[in-house]
Amino acid sequence: MIHDRYQLAFKLYPYERSSDQDAAQPVRHPVVVMGGGPIGIATALDLGLQGIPVVVLDDHEGIGQGSRAICFAKRSLEIADRYGAADKMLDKGVVWNLGKVFHDDRKVFEFNLLPEDGHKFPAFINLQQPYFERFLVDRVRQAQAEGAPIDIRGKNRVDSVETHDDHVRLNITTPDGPYTIEADWLIGCDGASSPLRGMMGLDFEGRVFEDSFLIADIKMNNQDFPTERWFWFEPHFKSGASTLLHKQPDGEWRIDFQIGWNIDRKEELREENVRKRLDAMLPGVEYDIVWTSIYTFQCRRMKQFRHGRVIFAGDAAHQVSPFGARGANSGMQDVDNLGWKLGLVLQGKAPERLLDSYHEERAYGADENILNSTRSTDFITPKSKTSHIFRNAVLDLAEHHAFARPLVNSGRLSVPCTYDGLSLNGADALTGGPARTRPGSPCPDAPVGDRFLLGQLGGRFQLLTIDADAPDALDEDGIAVTRVALSASDDPTGALAARYLGDAPRAVYLIRPDQHVAARWDSFDASAVRDALRRATARG
Amino acid sequence: MRLNTQPNIAAPDDFYADLIAAHEGLSDDDSAALNARLILLLANHIGDREALSEALTLARQPG
Ligand SMILES: Cc1cc2nc3c(=O)[nH]c(=O)nc-3n(C[C@H](O)[C@H](O)[C@H](O)COP(=O)(O)OP(=O)(O)OC[C@H]3O[C@@H](n4cnc5c(N)ncnc54)[C@H](O)[C@@H]3O)c2cc1C
Repeated sequence: MIHDRYQLAFKLYPYERSSDQDAAQPVRHPVVVMGGGPIGIATALDLGLQGIPVVVLDDHEGIGQGSRAICFAKRSLEIADRYGAADKMLDKGVVWNLGKVFHDDRKVFEFNLLPEDGHKFPAFINLQQPYFERFLVDRVRQAQAEGAPIDIRGKNRVDSVETHDDHVRLNITTPDGPYTIEADWLIGCDGASSPLRGMMGLDFEGRVFEDSFLIADIKMNNQDFPTERWFWFEPHFKSGASTLLHKQPDGEWRIDFQIGWNIDRKEELREENVRKRLDAMLPGVEYDIVWTSIYTFQCRRMKQFRHGRVIFAGDAAHQVSPFGARGANSGMQDVDNLGWKLGLVLQGKAPERLLDSYHEERAYGADENILNSTRSTDFITPKSKTSHIFRNAVLDLAEHHAFARPLVNSGRLSVPCTYDGLSLNGADALTGGPARTRPGSPCPDAPVGDRFLLGQLGGRFQLLTIDADAPDALDEDGIAVTRVALSASDDPTGALAARYLGDAPRAVYLIRPDQHVAARWDSFDASAVRDALRRATARG
Repeated sequence: MRLNTQPNIAAPDDFYADLIAAHEGLSDDDSAALNARLILLLANHIGDREALSEALTLARQPG
């Protein structure tokens, strides 16, 4: 039998019998994705849109209830946009820029994310995770109708795997009983407690934080709370050692109370006890409780994200504290990184070792996220008396003195990392080029005519030329490179030039399918581009 | 004012993490002693008597 472990917000892929269940021999698929959370579905989209057949197995029939992630970062929206799924997210999401920090009953300071102009997407939107996931599944349905070979199988629970040198065998349970399939490649997107990791006996080490957080999503008929992020350290209303208030779509608010380690979960989750905390915080305010949950967290990652033909992504590979919104956001970057690499390997255009660079780059990203989220956590929940004294000294000083404000850490918000010094990066040979577009960087957006640059990049290797000559297309051992020819004058605001030229009069960039810079030069040189391309595909 | 109260430390999160790490495993008394040594070292580095007096005045004001 197969029981639901959580209630569904949206039932989107009800169980259907697959012909694989009646096959005499286990059917072999190029790619199987285990887990249909945001990361598994995004993986299926990336591969399916490349025309690669992909099967997603999830042990539920849709998206879990309870919002969990709410802050989705610009980079996640840019990636979703490459898949054609971002417009609905942007329409539904709440855009915010202002944050306020309180200590006890005083406002310590406020900050503005000051979003840079000339980007299609804002720095962040707040959107309940079930919507984010649903918009991805909606896009899968549309892509399927257009012929993308994606197969999502609900109520298909993977119970065991056998790994071989060139494939993986999966034993699956369904409401109709068990069956077996094989996969050339298995992508483990089965979440933080990843059964797959357990089945393979793999490590998942890191730091456990001894604190619990009570989340309450509430609906208020009260428009007095502006669209801002409010964070209290040691709030005067005593509902938690820290408290976060954040707006979501549909008139909902996320409130997050830090309530300590030794608690009685069941007792704390009783509605009257949740209401006690909420009433102290919001005296006289009427509200309905939409969802409550208690979570604890760890900051940890797998030592290796790739184990032969099994590759881990998202929470299964790494877990961070929610401060900084780096969970789903970093998982989306995993997908972005893995999709094109696996595509090239499956098409025989790159060697398998290209997939080792997935581990190299995304473990580097995970370490950066873990470092940032650990520091935020240490500031929000100081672990010693001295650390607590310093924390409060920073808050006291920050109220009056500018210097202390950058030290206040209520979450360093998710930004994509630059793969500095890693093995796929090619030449950084653009004299006077801006640091933010050095090899390894994700391309920053910029306005181009009445459109945006990122809408023209991604999905394949491209030469981006700005006021420079180059051939319109080239081919290196079957990998096609097309040119995007721009001029600094395409953007009268000067953002394109500031972000891609710096002090240089012209530039040639080799851009990877995931919109990261592979290499850059002053001018086009065929053999230099070929070298960089070979390097970026692990053939160098 | 001679005391600089504008942000002046590059990568403030790195610095703060180092500061807290320096105290790891110390008793409260040992931490207080570390802080005292640290203040004296930094004060000597600053040297400027006027700036130090201003810092003492500001630090005496609780939040
Ligand atoms: C309180 C909280 C707040 C958060 N806030 C943010 C935020 O603001 N921004 C952000 O980016 N992130 C945030 N996160 C993190 C975010 O929720 C996760 O990073 C994200 O859900 C990870 O997605 P995933 O697809 O890797 O895993 P999951 O969402 O966990 O999906 C795993 C899927 O695998 C399925 N599965 C498991 N076992 C099997 C099996 N044996 N067979 C088949 N299927 C299986 C599960 O049913 C599930 O559908 C937050 C998390 C929490 C707890």
